[in-house]
Amino acid sequence: MTAINPHGTSINHAILSVLVQNRPGVLARVAGLFARRGYNIFSLAVAPAEDDEMSRITIVVDLESAPLEQIVKQLFKLVDVVKISELDPRRSIERELLLATVRVSAEERTQLVEVANIFEAKILAVGTDAVTVSLEGHPDKLDDFEELLGNHQISELQRTGRVALPKLDRSARLRAVPTTQKGKVG
Amino acid sequence: MSNTHRITGAQALIRALEHEQVDTVFGLPGGCILPAYDPLLESSIRHVLVRHEQGAGHMAEGYAHVTGRPGVAMVTSGPAATNLVTPLMDAYMDSIPMVGITGQVGTAAIGSDAFQECDTVGITRSCTKHNELVMTADDLPLAVRQAFHIATTGRPGPVLIDVPKDVLQNEMTWHWPSDDEVADSLPGYRPTSKGHPRMIKEAARLILAAERPVIYAGGGMLKARAAEALRELVELTGIQVVTTLMARGVFPDDHPLCLGMPGMHGTIAATTAMQKSDLLIALGARFDDRITGRVNGFAPDAKIIHVDIDPAEQGKVRRPDVPIVGDCRLVTEELVAAVRDLLEGGTAPADISAWKSRVSGWQEIFPLTYDDAEAGAALKPQYCLEKLRDSSPAGTIVASGVGQHQMWASLHWNFTEPYTWVNSGGLGTMGFAIPAAIGAKVGRPDKTVWAVDGDGCFQMTAQELVTASVERIPVKVALLNNSYLGMVRQWQEMFYDERYSEVYLSTETPDYVKWAESMGCVAIRVESPEEVQPAIDKANSINDRSVVVEFRTDSNEKVFPMVPAGASNDDVIVHPSQQEHRHHLT
Repeated sequence: MTAINPHGTSINHAILSVLVQNRPGVLARVAGLFARRGYNIFSLAVAPAEDDEMSRITIVVDLESAPLEQIVKQLFKLVDVVKISELDPRRSIERELLLATVRVSAEERTQLVEVANIFEAKILAVGTDAVTVSLEGHPDKLDDFEELLGNHQISELQRTGRVALPKLDRSARLRAVPTTQKGKVG
Repeated sequence: MSNTHRITGAQALIRALEHEQVDTVFGLPGGCILPAYDPLLESSIRHVLVRHEQGAGHMAEGYAHVTGRPGVAMVTSGPAATNLVTPLMDAYMDSIPMVGITGQVGTAAIGSDAFQECDTVGITRSCTKHNELVMTADDLPLAVRQAFHIATTGRPGPVLIDVPKDVLQNEMTWHWPSDDEVADSLPGYRPTSKGHPRMIKEAARLILAAERPVIYAGGGMLKARAAEALRELVELTGIQVVTTLMARGVFPDDHPLCLGMPGMHGTIAATTAMQKSDLLIALGARFDDRITGRVNGFAPDAKIIHVDIDPAEQGKVRRPDVPIVGDCRLVTEELVAAVRDLLEGGTAPADISAWKSRVSGWQEIFPLTYDDAEAGAALKPQYCLEKLRDSSPAGTIVASGVGQHQMWASLHWNFTEPYTWVNSGGLGTMGFAIPAAIGAKVGRPDKTVWAVDGDGCFQMTAQELVTASVERIPVKVALLNNSYLGMVRQWQEMFYDERYSEVYLSTETPDYVKWAESMGCVAIRVESPEEVQPAIDKANSINDRSVVVEFRTDSNEKVFPMVPAGASNDDVIVHPSQQEHRHHLT
């Protein structure tokens, strides 16, 4: 049994940074492949990449459901997938954004603001009985923040799922599947 | 001046197919694809008008099976597209190069639940190697080039192009993209063809060191046109070969080193040789569950050399000791060279003669066998197939449906040439035989094509015999009619205490002779052993129209050997008459 942290993310996971052609249906292709082969996704974030013809999908995959090697190879068979990098968490920068609306009475508000300050979270809106906060940072930090927010009544919470890039310099060993051999082959 | 180069999307589509050297399109027109059928009237391309879109897809597959060139099926939107789904999946499972073209509602209507609209690319995403909704006429030539490129390179497979009606009607400026343009448009598609030299050397070393090696040849060897290379490897090393259901014919059955088909219904020699080997040389094979039986009991002592063009097949089922990603023909040729280098360098090959005689022993002790029919009883299906086999010249193409008749055809036929066996292996699509045989006959009009079919299968796609008659594509059908869904019946007999549930079809209905005759075929019913040969001779003498020979066969007959689903190949059930010899397998 793999340990499960309080936020449902299995310890046994990997982060894939998948560069895809920015075309209609590409996200459906990736998601469909995971569904069809029985691979689990913990989180998924997608947005255009540096080259506007490409998008980068950051997928956190569950390695309990299938070996990483199979996931990467099957993913790479999709014609729209250009490059796949497995990001080693120790050698990459991971970020995530959390938004939460917490129900707090006027008396509790200071306590919440104190916690928010410790985490350098932002207070986005304050109402008579609720506060909306945002926190950007490493997913682990968000986990801790979320746990402390749990002392109050959380009415709504949304996390974006992580995005990641390799660290600079002796950076993430980009275990890219080779994209050699230009031209017509086979 | 440039106006003279303006053509419609429909004209561009047909011109693009001509540029891809398509000689035949199998299809059926309808609302959204209508514009594409107009320029077809001026085209050199032959169109075969099918009676059901599924037939078009299987014909395209049959054509591709025997020619190696991509088969093309063109149908309209909505129900026509969904009818094409089964052949697309079939082609995907068996790695058949195929291009499907579907009409789609106009771009403005997409998403509005318009008449005959369906999300074709959504529906076919998981049953194609790739698919594309083409949104402007200008994109059509590139979409067609990409489709043929993807369908035929790397691991072949089906590709679908979905074309809205207005895209076919709009004008565009013709431009035929170059190879470089195609490659640049597909930055994520770079199939590997050449195997890793170090891995090939390592494989050659293992091949010479093994004491109980077996070559496990799969359908990828046919796709790679590797039969000649395989023969060289076998004759250089003297290693015995099994040919899977998808690879029948890649190595001749009458060769002394051929062990035939392995797996759930494989010959005892083929299945047991794999099971007890110390080295499996898997060439273009994917360790399918029908081959391995229970995976953790499969070939427990064997090291694995796995050659496959699809990297994802490496380690999907069984972790290889030597994975080689590459084209099976190129890699097999390189393996031959590497083994030859080692031999010339003085490496002494291990002595495999004791092993080979052990395997030959299994061949002698456990030949394919069946009991003779009792006087006055129904025909034995194996007997009918053996008579048909012995009356067919080498190179006769056999297309099969799915079920008992498929296994008997694969086992009892004598395949001596590649591309003479056409069947649905991975998906197991009942009804495949007749349309696939028609497609095969279109691809190889010089050859006799027999469809071996069961009565359950026949009733699924028989209407395509109308297509065969009207389009003058003469095929022959050996219909093994036992009035049952025979394979399901066999499982219910063996594993459900003979509790037969919904497997009986009918002995009287339909009247296959009348039905076949109404479709323009010559039809013959055969009920006794002495009628078998004359019927086959008559069928073989008719070449200007299709022939259906209905053999009334014994519904009690079962396919042996058999490895029960989920069991280890060690637990194969032999024919009852061979039970007393079973100790030879332990």
